[in-house]
Amino acid sequence: MLIETRDLWKTYVMGTETVHALRGVSIQVERGEYLAIMGPSGSGKSTLMNLIGCLDTASRGEYILNDRAVSGMNDDELAFVRNKEIGFVFQTFNLLPRATALHNVELPLIYNGTGAKERLEGAKAALSAVDLADRMNHKPNELSGGQRQRVAIARALVNNPSIILADEPTGNLDTATSEEIMDVFEKLHERGNTVIVVTHEQDIADCTQRIIYLRDGAVEKEVVK
Amino acid sequence: MKVRDLFENIVLAWGAMKANKLRSFLTILGVFIGVAAVIGMVAIVQGLNKSMAEQIESLGSNAIFVSRYKPGISINGHNEEERNRKRLTVEDAIAIKEFCPSVEAVSPSKSWWQYPDGNHAKYRNYEVSRPELSGVTPDYQIVYNLILQQGRFFNEMDMFYRTYTVVLGADVAEGLFPHEDPIGKIIMVNKGKFSVIGVAEERKSLLGKSMDNYLLIPLSTYEKIYPGDEGVWIGVQAKNNSLMDEAIDEMTELLRRRRGVPYDKPNDFAIFTQEAFMDIYRQITSAIYLVMIVISSIALLVGGVGVMNIMLVSVKERTREIGIRKAIGARRRDILWQFLVEAMAMTGSGGLLGIAFGLSVAMIINATTPLAATVSIPSMVIGFSFSVGVGLFFGIYPATRAAKLDPIEALRYE
Ligand SMILES: Nc1ncnc2c1ncn2[C@@H]1O[C@H](COP(=O)(O)OP(=O)(O)OP(=O)(O)O)[C@@H](O)[C@H]1O
Ligand SMILES: [Mg+2]
Repeated sequence: MLIETRDLWKTYVMGTETVHALRGVSIQVERGEYLAIMGPSGSGKSTLMNLIGCLDTASRGEYILNDRAVSGMNDDELAFVRNKEIGFVFQTFNLLPRATALHNVELPLIYNGTGAKERLEGAKAALSAVDLADRMNHKPNELSGGQRQRVAIARALVNNPSIILADEPTGNLDTATSEEIMDVFEKLHERGNTVIVVTHEQDIADCTQRIIYLRDGAVEKEVVK
Repeated sequence: MKVRDLFENIVLAWGAMKANKLRSFLTILGVFIGVAAVIGMVAIVQGLNKSMAEQIESLGSNAIFVSRYKPGISINGHNEEERNRKRLTVEDAIAIKEFCPSVEAVSPSKSWWQYPDGNHAKYRNYEVSRPELSGVTPDYQIVYNLILQQGRFFNEMDMFYRTYTVVLGADVAEGLFPHEDPIGKIIMVNKGKFSVIGVAEERKSLLGKSMDNYLLIPLSTYEKIYPGDEGVWIGVQAKNNSLMDEAIDEMTELLRRRRGVPYDKPNDFAIFTQEAFMDIYRQITSAIYLVMIVISSIALLVGGVGVMNIMLVSVKERTREIGIRKAIGARRRDILWQFLVEAMAMTGSGGLLGIAFGLSVAMIINATTPLAATVSIPSMVIGFSFSVGVGLFFGIYPATRAAKLDPIEALRYE
């Protein structure tokens, strides 16, 4: 088992009000799975992704990633897991605007101390994997939305993470480009990566092997194909 | 932090500075001014030091001076006791020579300033204005290391007969006798006729002011022309360097007796060596240094606060970038160092610019004035370290804030 969450809660306290973004989510993900998470707006999809991606910690419950309990980790350990185990793809790309595609992709390697030469090779390989070898030295504002998202995917890939997490990766893209991006995920899955995609669109979710539906911070149903 | 990471961070910092050129420049202005002030002032003071030291050394290292007051900078002027002190006389000088066995030569001298606009020296149509005019004895040559390029110095006969003879400083000789041999010529000094017997060698100029615009006449002649009871300035040469202290003791003993100082009272005169002049000079320079340190500290402080302010703005502006970096695995200390290095790179380049500017000012001074401004490597190293230190110190708070940001919140920041 790659990912196992047990009764995850995430509660936000805002003044007198408490918001339960997650109310006891228990899911399991096998290595190599291609999974979608769906649900209405505000159902807690992003919250769950952030927890799985170790960007945030749960208020209650347990999260086991690769047989290690994430719940008790400190800041540095979480940073290490984010760097090594997780590749995050965001709806808004989240690339460094001043850096070239190549440098953006190199970034995760910088933070684990990879040497300059290997870093360059790794980043080039990752960019080639998303068919962007010819745009390496372009900055984000010189790239189309789809190309930017592919740079982001290359960045997520570059460290050979255990999981690739994508939170509405096509949310800012048109249909044609969305398909292009989904093809990339499909390819990654075929290569053996574990991919989890949050999406609003049924036809995108249909590309995956399993769909988890969230509602009001809890798992509503699961559909396996 | 490893060297490679440091390099990485410097590249990042450079990029950040380039992205906001004007802002970065304005930010480092304070540091720039602070460092430039230090470098420039140190260069000038060291230039002064060099020419001062040469000047004072030219007096001869085993010269001792006797006067009514200790030289120095005093804010209050002289006190009652000091104002009532007896003047030193030629007889005192003679006694020193006679009774102090460690003393080689004694040179009493007096100087005249012709009212209202200084002394005049004239030969035919040639004139020299405002030369210093001193009455001296034969020993003057020994005590002040005076070397003649021509002719002879005064002897006991000149003293005895109060001859109207004169020894010219190099500038005076040049001014009065551009084409002629001065020796044996008669010149007018103020209202008297004097025969030139010697010409002195050029001396080192002091800060561009020539030290060769002077006339020497026998002290006895001087006293005849300018009778008056102004005191003499006494220069003494010890037999050798190791006898300096003895010579001073002997002179102190003698002068106390001659001036009737009770045994329980302090000296009512001053005996000092060229060291004393160096001390005065050091007092002046340390005052300059103090002012300089205050100015540049203020500049660096202001610069540092500016850097802190800009770094806080920068952290705020780049919240999202910090979020991205954290999301892909940057640890707190990675972010901390990134911003610290950025602050240090900023102030460090301010420091480098300051050093460059200070250097060019020193070079311009060198080229355009007689002052030999010298820029020392230590002052550059200190200037640079301080500027980097300011970045480090004032960067800590903003960098810590950046490092502590929560990744999710940072990513969500618009
Ligand atoms: N930092 C926060 N502070 C307070 N409430 C929050 C915070 N983050 C999320 N929430 C709340 O938690 C709930 C779940 O939010 P989440 O972003 O996970 O929804 P989502 O399913 O991703 O929605 P969408 O499809 O619109 O992205 C929402 O009600 C949201 O208001
Ligand atoms: Mg969401």
